[in-house]
Amino acid sequence: MTKIRTLDDLRNLRTNLRQGMDMRENADNPDSVVQIKVAMATCGIASGAKKTMDFFVTELRKRQITALVTQTGCMGYCYAEPTIEVTIPGKTPVVFGNVTENVADEIIEKYIKKGELVDGIIPQTFNPIDK
Amino acid sequence: MADYKYDILVCGGTGCRATESELLVSNLKAELKTLQLDSEVQVVSTGCFGFCEKGPIVKIMPDNTFYTQVNASDAAEIVSEHIVKGRKVNRLLYLDPVENKNVADSKNMDFYKKQLRVALRNCGFINPENIEESIARDGYSALGTILQSITPEGVIDILKKSGLRGRGGGGFPTGIKWEMARKNNADQKYVVCNADEGDPGAFMDRSILEGDPHSVLEAMAICGYCIGATKGLIYIRAEYPLAIKRLKVAIGQAREYGLLGKNILDFGFDFDVELRYGAGAFVCGEETSLIHSMEGKRGEPTVKPPFPAESGFMNKPTIVNNVETYANIPVIINKGADWFASIGTEKSKGTKVFALAGKINNVGLIEVPMGTTLREVIFEIGGGIKNGKKFKAVQTGGPSGGCLTEKHLDIPIDFDNLIAAGSMMGSGGMIVMDEDDCMVSMAKFFLEFTVEESCGKCAPCRIGNKRLFEILTKITDGKGVKQDLTDLRNLCNVIKDTSLCGLGQTSPNPILSTMENFWHEYVDHIENHKCEAAHCRALMKYEIDEENCIGCTACARACPVAAITGSKKMPHIINQAICIKCGACMEKCKFNAVILK
Ligand SMILES: Cc1cc2nc3c(=O)[nH]c(=O)nc-3n(C[C@H](O)[C@H](O)[C@H](O)COP(=O)(O)O)c2cc1C
Ligand code: SF4
Repeated sequence: MTKIRTLDDLRNLRTNLRQGMDMRENADNPDSVVQIKVAMATCGIASGAKKTMDFFVTELRKRQITALVTQTGCMGYCYAEPTIEVTIPGKTPVVFGNVTENVADEIIEKYIKKGELVDGIIPQTFNPIDK
Repeated sequence: MADYKYDILVCGGTGCRATESELLVSNLKAELKTLQLDSEVQVVSTGCFGFCEKGPIVKIMPDNTFYTQVNASDAAEIVSEHIVKGRKVNRLLYLDPVENKNVADSKNMDFYKKQLRVALRNCGFINPENIEESIARDGYSALGTILQSITPEGVIDILKKSGLRGRGGGGFPTGIKWEMARKNNADQKYVVCNADEGDPGAFMDRSILEGDPHSVLEAMAICGYCIGATKGLIYIRAEYPLAIKRLKVAIGQAREYGLLGKNILDFGFDFDVELRYGAGAFVCGEETSLIHSMEGKRGEPTVKPPFPAESGFMNKPTIVNNVETYANIPVIINKGADWFASIGTEKSKGTKVFALAGKINNVGLIEVPMGTTLREVIFEIGGGIKNGKKFKAVQTGGPSGGCLTEKHLDIPIDFDNLIAAGSMMGSGGMIVMDEDDCMVSMAKFFLEFTVEESCGKCAPCRIGNKRLFEILTKITDGKGVKQDLTDLRNLCNVIKDTSLCGLGQTSPNPILSTMENFWHEYVDHIENHKCEAAHCRALMKYEIDEENCIGCTACARACPVAAITGSKKMPHIINQAICIKCGACMEKCKFNAVILK
């Protein structure tokens, strides 16, 4: 490691290192960031939920969207796996089904960035996971 | 940087390491490696989470899952269930004792709900042995900011406005102390960190040093800039090997990164820190004593003035501050004096760290805003009294403090309120007592400590405390007379008024406050030879209940001094003059006929 010579060095280093801490930082304040829960039960994993999750983690970081991607157990929509639940701060959670990488891309671009709805929303009265 | 999807935080504080958290870390790493998940999941050994009662603690981010009492052998299940399948391992979740439900997210635990972590902000959050995690959490940015754009006077002003008072016991305003040291001209000045922490049961400072050493180093450098010192010394007791190791690592890394040493961040400011080891004497926590000890002299206090800020280490102006005091400073600079002053009560700003100990369910380390009530701390955060017993008293301020009772539970905790109630803040130890604790014995316990720890320099403390201890022993042995109570009180007052240092000036407090709040217990011991808590053996009598005794003779055969007589199938009798109160009869009796009164 080279020495930190100036305050700018320190600030740059901090910005670079920040990303590594983001996950913990956001987890500490989950309500202030976009939260994505990926259903990762057997059915989800079999239908590619892991790839979907990887996609979200990498792409959101790349596109500089602060978000918290976690996994949960089965959501009960096994027919539409992989399913995810997206919560934008201040809004009610929305569940999406059949989230392949393409759909995931659309969800990021349309729903997360602009708040527009995307095909594939599971029509279901809101029923939070984990409760 | 790797794209980690999970961070597994494992407590690497002294408490949890005692229960194999290190092995747990290596098991987790091995397990992840086998499953080729080591590039996706990071295992981080952190400082203390505070929930020591149920350690070792594991916290999984980003979902905030909080696992308690995790064994090294649980590693495989955590990885295969939680990480691979996304299913929480229910049996390791915290069980809410009131609702009897598992709580997965630590945010929903009563233990954490009312806490506000300022001094402990990085403890249990970062890896203390990695300076980069500290930098990512704004480490050294306050130092950078002030070096660039705030004058020393400006920084002192911020501290004064923030209302920060010393956390080491006295509660002296930190800004004013620094201003004094700044105004005293000298070719060399020193910044000292007091990490002696000698109160029985206290581990606030140790946890901060183990969990977040860089914040303390940064604050010391800030102090150096303010008062014009280039040398910092940390006085730490040798019984804190892990804190010492983490400090050494931290100092090494800070030097390597150029954050300690010469010309820091190119602002022409030099500052470096060294460690000094103490042998663990309580009196060496007193600042003048601490300074003498660092100079290689006997650790004995001297009269103030001169205050260390005028003439301290090597007779140079010296700032001595407590670990927790320092840990608050970088945040105050980053977030502003107003932010800090908005937390707490009118005259006590910010938060305070407490070590909960004794008969309380959640033994551990907590941080709450000043002004939180004792009731909230003991019954909400602390989870109430162990085994459903009744709360009796709480000792704050360690051996220098006093005990507070039921009627004090609703006072907001701050420096002044505690003093008004007859105790003090001290460094933040809180020992909770239940109905089985005898208050006379409690006072005796603390006096035994002070007698042991008195340096012996002045007569009132050296001789007086010994006499106090003897009188208390006499009372708990059932040999007390009424005059003892008058003598106790008089002697306490003399010792308070005439001792040289804080140790002697405060050592009678446990007696005075128990006499104030539990006068009847003293009287009961002396006049009725009774210990209400059934704690003082000498005052107890073993007796045989005629109704229950069937005359089996088991007790008589067990008695080593043949104090029990009686014929077969007839109730037996214990001869009190011979009985040595060993309790053997009680253990042997199958019919609960032997009773202790
Ligand atoms: C007997 C005795 C023991 C003390 N022990 C400690 C200690 O362990 N840690 C500490 O920080 N201050 C201790 N103090 C208080 C120090 O003398 C000093 O006031 C304090 O370190 C100043 O720092 P602060 O202003 O940040 O609180 C002790 C005082 C006395 C009289
Ligand atoms: S009061 Fe006690 S500890 Fe303090 S100087 Fe006197 S003898 Fe030593």
